[in-house]
Amino acid sequence: MDTSRPEPQLSALYQELILDHYRRPRNKGTLEGATHSVALNNPLCGDEIDLQLRLEGDVIKDVRFIGRGCSISQAAASMMTQVVKQRRLADALALADRMSAMMHGDEAAARDRTLGDLRALAGVAKFPVRVKCAMLPWNALKDAVKS
Amino acid sequence: MLDAARIRTDFPLLRQQENKHRIVYLDNAATTQKPQAVLDALANYYRTTNANVHRGAYDLAIRATEAYEAARSRVARFVNAWAPEGVVFTRGTTEAINLVAGSYGRANVRAGDTVVVTAMDHHSNLVPWQILCQEKGATIRMVEITEDGRLDLSDFGRALERRPKLVAFPYVSNALGTINPAAQLARLAHAAGAVVLVDGAQSTPHLRVDVQALDCDFYALSGHKMLGPMGSGALVAKPALLDAMPPYHGGGEMISRVWDDHSTYNQLPHKFEAGTPNVEGAVGLAAAIDYLEGIGLDRIAEHEVALAGAAIEQLSRIEGVTVYGPRDHRAGVVSFTYGDIHPHDIATILDQDGVCIRAGHHCTQPLMRRLNVAATARASFYVYNDRDDVTALTTALAKAGALFGYVPA
Repeated sequence: MDTSRPEPQLSALYQELILDHYRRPRNKGTLEGATHSVALNNPLCGDEIDLQLRLEGDVIKDVRFIGRGCSISQAAASMMTQVVKQRRLADALALADRMSAMMHGDEAAARDRTLGDLRALAGVAKFPVRVKCAMLPWNALKDAVKS
Repeated sequence: MLDAARIRTDFPLLRQQENKHRIVYLDNAATTQKPQAVLDALANYYRTTNANVHRGAYDLAIRATEAYEAARSRVARFVNAWAPEGVVFTRGTTEAINLVAGSYGRANVRAGDTVVVTAMDHHSNLVPWQILCQEKGATIRMVEITEDGRLDLSDFGRALERRPKLVAFPYVSNALGTINPAAQLARLAHAAGAVVLVDGAQSTPHLRVDVQALDCDFYALSGHKMLGPMGSGALVAKPALLDAMPPYHGGGEMISRVWDDHSTYNQLPHKFEAGTPNVEGAVGLAAAIDYLEGIGLDRIAEHEVALAGAAIEQLSRIEGVTVYGPRDHRAGVVSFTYGDIHPHDIATILDQDGVCIRAGHHCTQPLMRRLNVAATARASFYVYNDRDDVTALTTALAKAGALFGYVPA
């Protein structure tokens, strides 16, 4: 057996799109005039996210994040900001559920185009300990709007 | 080098596979695997000897007590303790340090006093002192490290100018592998009038320890990091100090006579062992010590230093890899980072090849801040590791490099 190449599961986990979001995160920075914000961390591995939202009515007009951590958590944050921006809050929260379903192996969710780039994270489902990394920004979103 | 392949046959867990690969267990600074001799000692204790200790009047209970006290003497001989009654069994290093902070610390540290710790201390040798100092209005003084991950001895000297009540430091750093000059630090601290606690969690398993030669006052150790059971460990201390200390936990066993509103306390070491102790843990720890001494601590230290040296040498040749900590006078703990690949991603990738390493802050957040990293990947070696394991580590790491575009796939 060839031991020099990464296994297919690993290549599926670390897709180029994920590394691209990790290295060139979208919507990273501080949001002027944020109406909602929350800081969350994953004490086990030290992933951190500080998520800021500007809601107008029930629409997420703008979103930014500051964070550091593994490629999965940071790429997931970057991808999430893309899909929730300009979306109604209720729809964004429904996407959080779709994301969670995808993380638990739901293949229909993994084909849902509304998840955008996030579909590249479907491979995380094969690595149960990393699911919390991918869900960190979504948990931050839910926490931020809870109040 | 030790015959690690032969030694591995003594460890049932290491015969199993992880992700369809031979397990390459390189997380020994977190915990170690257990040899059959320790597993047998645990099972045999319950099969033949189990009863509550220090109270039964029947033969079985006497045998259980003898096994427990024999384990105490075994630990005492292993680290050359001042006396067997200076060995208090605890759940591990963390509880041993909390015992000192909660008993000696509470009785002796006052408002305005200083407790000295180091920037390479594990949280278990920092947070108990923070809690104590906050309660007392005392101050923590953290000794800095040098660029190459050693204790800054001139800063240590400056810290001692405050005439601290207590000085605590690790013999071996769990994150950097640095071996601190413990005897020298203890001498300096004593000259400044301080009492000295040595965190021995990472030294006891890996090098020959003589607490009387170190001349510290308190020495804490964990059984599970030296092939013994989880939940076993000890505080080794000068009996005169223990004798003068108030109790830590109240309950059965630690008392002499109990009245309605007060009690008198048992003699050492029982004064500090309230409740039914972890007899199985003590017996298993003694078996682990037998196993380690069967190999020889000097040979173990030599073996680990050779593996760490090989790992550092091979890792340093990979472009983008940074190895932390000193290059010599170090133990078998190797912390590193690889470009912008997060250590957590490294650990996931290595796991696919059966290589188990630790990724994170290693319970040393103040140290990580000084190294300017959020986390590192850490490989740590023990008696059952060999050069093939080092190769497995670097081979798997090459895959991480390929996935993240550092080397061609």
